Amino acid sequence: MTTLPIEPPKKLGLVIDLDICVGCHACAVNCKEWNTGGYGNALSDQDPFGADPAGTWLNRIHSFEAVPFDDAGQPAPQDARIVHFPKSCLHCDDAPCVTVCPTGASYKRSEDGIVLVNEDACIGCGLCAWACAYGAREMDAEAGVMKKCTLCVDRIYNENLPEEDRQPACVRSCPANARHFGDLADPFSDVSKMVALRGGVDLMPEQGNRPVNKYLPPRPKSGTQACGSGQSEHVSLLKMAETPQAEGFVGWLDHALSKLG
Amino acid sequence: MSQPQIDPSPKVSDEVRKTTCYMCACRCGINVHLRDGKVRYIEGNRDHPVNRGVLCAKGSAGIMQHYAPSRLTTPLRRVGERGEGKFEPISWEEALQTATEWLNPIRQTDPARLAFFTGRDQSQGLTGWWAQQFGTHNFAAHGGFCSVNMAAAGIYTMGGAFWEFGSPDWERTKLFMIFGVAEDHDSNPIKMGLSRLKERGAKVVAVNPVRTGYNAIADEWVSITPGTDGLFVLALIHELFTAGKIDLDYLIRYTNAPWLVIDEPDSDEHGLFLRDKDGTPQVIERKTGTVAAIDKNGVKPDLKGFVKTKEGRKAVPVFMKMAETYMDKSYAPDSVAEVTGVSAAQIKAIAAELARVAFDEEIVIDQPWTDFKGEKHDKMIGRPVSMHAMRGISAHSNGFQTCRAIHLLQILLGSIECPGGFRFKPPYPKPSTAHPAPGRITKAGEVASGPPLGYIHGPEDLLVDEAGHPLRIDKAYSWDAPFSAHGLMHMVISNAYAGDPYPVDVLFMYMANMSWNSSMNSGGVMEMLRAKDETGNYVIPKIIYSDAYSSEMVAFADLILPDTTYLERHDCISLLDRPICETDAVADSIRWPVVQPDRDVRGFQSVLLDLGARLGLPGMTNEDGSVKFADYADYMINHQRKPGIGPLAGFRGEKGDQSGRGEPNPDQINRYIENGGFWMEEIPEEAKFYKHANTAYQDWAVEKGFFDTPQPVTFQLWLEPLAKFQLAAEGKGAFKAPDHVKDRIKAHFTPLPAWYAPYEGAALCQKAEAEYPYHAITQRPAAMYHSWGSQNAWLRQIHTHNPLYVPGPICDEVGLSDGDWALVSSHHGRIKVQVKRMEAVNSRTLWTWNAIGKRRGAWALSTDAPEAKKGFLLNHLIHELLPGSEDGLRMSNSDPITGQAAWYDLRVNIEKAEAGEGVTEPVTGTQEGPQKGPDSIDGALRYGQEWSS
Repeated sequence: MTTLPIEPPKKLGLVIDLDICVGCHACAVNCKEWNTGGYGNALSDQDPFGADPAGTWLNRIHSFEAVPFDDAGQPAPQDARIVHFPKSCLHCDDAPCVTVCPTGASYKRSEDGIVLVNEDACIGCGLCAWACAYGAREMDAEAGVMKKCTLCVDRIYNENLPEEDRQPACVRSCPANARHFGDLADPFSDVSKMVALRGGVDLMPEQGNRPVNKYLPPRPKSGTQACGSGQSEHVSLLKMAETPQAEGFVGWLDHALSKLG
Repeated sequence: MSQPQIDPSPKVSDEVRKTTCYMCACRCGINVHLRDGKVRYIEGNRDHPVNRGVLCAKGSAGIMQHYAPSRLTTPLRRVGERGEGKFEPISWEEALQTATEWLNPIRQTDPARLAFFTGRDQSQGLTGWWAQQFGTHNFAAHGGFCSVNMAAAGIYTMGGAFWEFGSPDWERTKLFMIFGVAEDHDSNPIKMGLSRLKERGAKVVAVNPVRTGYNAIADEWVSITPGTDGLFVLALIHELFTAGKIDLDYLIRYTNAPWLVIDEPDSDEHGLFLRDKDGTPQVIERKTGTVAAIDKNGVKPDLKGFVKTKEGRKAVPVFMKMAETYMDKSYAPDSVAEVTGVSAAQIKAIAAELARVAFDEEIVIDQPWTDFKGEKHDKMIGRPVSMHAMRGISAHSNGFQTCRAIHLLQILLGSIECPGGFRFKPPYPKPSTAHPAPGRITKAGEVASGPPLGYIHGPEDLLVDEAGHPLRIDKAYSWDAPFSAHGLMHMVISNAYAGDPYPVDVLFMYMANMSWNSSMNSGGVMEMLRAKDETGNYVIPKIIYSDAYSSEMVAFADLILPDTTYLERHDCISLLDRPICETDAVADSIRWPVVQPDRDVRGFQSVLLDLGARLGLPGMTNEDGSVKFADYADYMINHQRKPGIGPLAGFRGEKGDQSGRGEPNPDQINRYIENGGFWMEEIPEEAKFYKHANTAYQDWAVEKGFFDTPQPVTFQLWLEPLAKFQLAAEGKGAFKAPDHVKDRIKAHFTPLPAWYAPYEGAALCQKAEAEYPYHAITQRPAAMYHSWGSQNAWLRQIHTHNPLYVPGPICDEVGLSDGDWALVSSHHGRIKVQVKRMEAVNSRTLWTWNAIGKRRGAWALSTDAPEAKKGFLLNHLIHELLPGSEDGLRMSNSDPITGQAAWYDLRVNIEKAEAGEGVTEPVTGTQEGPQKGPDSIDGALRYGQEWSS
């Protein structure tokens, strides 16, 4: 049983924008690339060119097809959409993966709230992965230790990197700018303001883990509203036309050309 | 318990080297971190114009591509039968000597007996020039099955096209329409652009049968039926005409809408422009009603009325032809709803939104500029509607006209090259007339008349003999595909096998996986490559192939020239080829060996120059016969296409202080490396918009060497070269179209964009509806590029095999559930695949991901890899010939105008099947190598373990 720190002064974490994530896996692969040569053991791959390739990843993208319900409570397949959901450790305030750890290997840093695994102390029992509500930890099959998102703890303070690069690899590489890094304990940080503005949410709040990472829900769609269910008001250009149809096309053309001088 | 102390600043790398990515075709800038001589980490280059620091999944997986066990290691000579993958290693000297011995007699006797085609080549500036020096016109890269419809439609219509030739004005556009774009296309730039649009609250409308990738985050989705986009767009145009929501001032200034076109169906000039003695097109002057030349000083043309010529022929402004065509009821939303699968209400609403944003949300930049007629403007007016389109438009037999329709829509809204619209990237716009004509063989042993690929302007430019038969092996620039600006790579093997128009002696290819995903009818192509004549010799006698990896095509070649990985090579991303410019800047870039090869491999471009010198090709040898270029790097610096113009535009001149034009600079590559691997120069403020008509831009373009004289573009809404072909099909004029293409030229070469049903479905007639009622398409996943992805240890964990996605209603009808097996059949073949239900897709369209399926033993995967057992190619269902070709007429399954492979025209049926062994069919045999499977990696991979902290 490992104890959590009292409220850390900083709560570093990610804000992930589901409005713009196209599910391209850029963040996941760049994460693997950075971290396989970074903090702790490599992220190994089993049977990499064989029948059953598998490996350790600290960040994975899950894609779902969501079929919404219409006003009458019936499935509306015509409004079905694909939702891309990147998932990594959420660095919870009340992290059960920490408190369940029998050796103290799993811990939450007192200075910035990052949840880390001290691989030297990890016995590979896997209890933390069972305790995590999000499935965000993966046991490395070769090293026999638990791997998880470190928030790129070896980047964010790294003086060997230019200051602008001191952010997690996933944030640095995301082509859609759907990932943001910052201090969610500071209400005036960019990430906190973004969460406030866009109504950022906790993942599975009912679990009571108080995740630091936040997800920004998709913005309301601003389509022309003629498609899909429940949209009955039809728009037509003719209603907007400047010239009454009575004059006909040539009448309109004459009028329009005369305005050109 | 105190928490562990960790080092906050561990060592990252010994050195960072900046080069250009090649994990797809985007050509992003990358920073390659090296540690202990190995690649530690690859990230995006923040300064680079293409990706500005970001990097996609493919780019980040570059380490695994670079160290893939599938890499070829040495030159090889085939020892088994073709397709078996049995080879023996040979030396480079022997390989190059063999190639020289094969090629030299061809050059000296009949250069057409060489077919040189180069796949996803990013060095066409070199490879096309090499073909010209060899003296053959039988050259092309992969554009013919990728996107020639987009390039040709754009260039012919407005002097530039989507993607590399232009881009939406991401910073200003307010309404963006994206047509037929797969999940990965133009990967980072589109994702970055969509992100900017979302931040600004701009609206995104996605037109695509499949709602994944970019389409998944769009504000509105149009679930179009494949091949009907043109009809949908023309219905939008119908709405704009009907409501008078058209930018007339823009049309008069920048397009041929006012030009007079002869409207006399019986005449032999019907459809041609009315011209004066000097050949200048004519207009009606608005004030006087008299006829005047388009370039008469101060002329203000009318868009209506008509004139009678001296011969009594009627001529009307193009605009009146457009109004007559597009206001027709057949293009009304209600008329097209059923065929397109888009409701009339949605069409009307989108048309209204386009017009509202274009005209009511006009944006203005206070930047004075002067147009090419000398008129001064005190501001730049923006119509903030922009569009992008790609494969879903191009890969149909009506793709050229559909893409032209999209450009017409953009132009009617006044949204090309204005703030907020679609903007060109230098050196575009460049009118079709400023491009060279396609080169042809002059005489054996001599240089061809021009570069092999170019633009034609009428039947007089075709590459056909006196009897009208094709001169090129792929029948490009023949009556079968007159405007085939990228050639027809997909027909080369089929034509060479059939000896139609003639056989070849050597097939020479580079990174083109023709025996697999880069062909239609992959199984058939394998048989053609294996086929022997009655004497036991291969029908296609000799195949030379260069690739970096153990692909399916390697197994079918006789002589293998192993290429390097992208981190081991020199390359130039040249303005002479496919540029990487931005709308506000001109740019080019290099690759350079940031790591040295650990195998006996050489960059293909250096090998090609070596081979050229051995063959004594003029551009590659000095007058005394000695070798002119030591390697590709030498060529990049010292080759001059014309005085002062070379492959790289930056850091030219003795001191490296000139750009565009300038003497070769021996230090040029070092200057690129110091600058992060690229060069970029901003377009002057006054020249940034209206490039097609902007004097400041045209002057700047001449200064930079894009042209020698200004080349303003008048947008060709009415495409006169098509009218010339229609006349030839009617038997009028000096050139007569052959019988087998007359009807389709008459019907489909309309000078104004029109829609016609895709050919495969049309050729199947009622059979299409009854037996093959569904459409089937493929698209690339975001995390993979063609067949390259599956050899990558990381990317193949993301997509290990591809299911066939089947719309819910079809699943219900056929009785299919997730994981079931199904037989999918077309008029050409049948495949057995595993299915997955999907709702967010056009209800009549099945789809899958391209090129995840692998042949057993290819790409150094184990023979029981899921890619080979459960992955599959839709290509087996697609014939390279149209249905009805059994009568001996081998009509290509292509766009009749450009020859673009029409592999999205596919019609299929589906039925439930027994799982059996649970393996996809057809099984196409096993190749032994040359690179072997997983044994080369001992168990698990722990990349970077030595650096773990």
